[in-house]
Amino acid sequence: MSETKKLSLICFSGDFDKAIATFTLASGAAAVGYGVNIFFTFWGYNIVKKAKGRGFQGTGFLAKLFNFLMGGFNNLPLSRLNFLGLSPLLMTYMMKKQNVATLTELIDASVALGVNFYGCEMSMVILGTDLADYIQLKEQLGVTKFLQIAQGGQVLFI
Amino acid sequence: MKHELDITKEHCPMTFVKTRLKLDSLQSGDILTVRLNEGEPLENVPRTVEELGHKVLNISNIEGSVFAIEIQKA
Repeated sequence: MSETKKLSLICFSGDFDKAIATFTLASGAAAVGYGVNIFFTFWGYNIVKKAKGRGFQGTGFLAKLFNFLMGGFNNLPLSRLNFLGLSPLLMTYMMKKQNVATLTELIDASVALGVNFYGCEMSMVILGTDLADYIQLKEQLGVTKFLQIAQGGQVLFI
Repeated sequence: MKHELDITKEHCPMTFVKTRLKLDSLQSGDILTVRLNEGEPLENVPRTVEELGHKVLNISNIEGSVFAIEIQKA
């Protein structure tokens, strides 16, 4: 392959359905030879928190409270028709039934294919967390470093 | 060495993901036969495999809408 293909995803949303979109694009692109970067910021962090349920991560009372309210992987809501968290469970069931990859499988595939996970430095400061609170995050980035990494490729905001 | 992979029950993006991960686990020169469905997988898996530098040796119709592609790992 002569040209280097690159896709950089800004994962802002912590919605279950948008997380599926993020990791479908990431794993699919990585599988066909793209270099893929995901830049997690704010709500997007909920997808990659090590603590999958609600927990008091972070330093300081407000950060701990906010992280508890944000929840983790098990609390990702559907962007519409969430029905108090029932819909993501129903959707996962439907995906398994139709033999479509679940969100967990898509994340695992992305990791296996070498997708780079980066974290927004500013959001991490607000949330009082650090790299150790998340899976696979290799580095904290600011905007300029992200732009440098994404340069020459395609960028999507999800 | 010859290897086989069946992705007839998979959907996008796992058709590409499973093919890529299987190819990554093989040695250079190994042959991988992938069973896949016509339509999107048949149109795109051979093309993307070649873009990754591997060689598609043969594409054959096994039965109905199921095809087999033979790939030699680069």
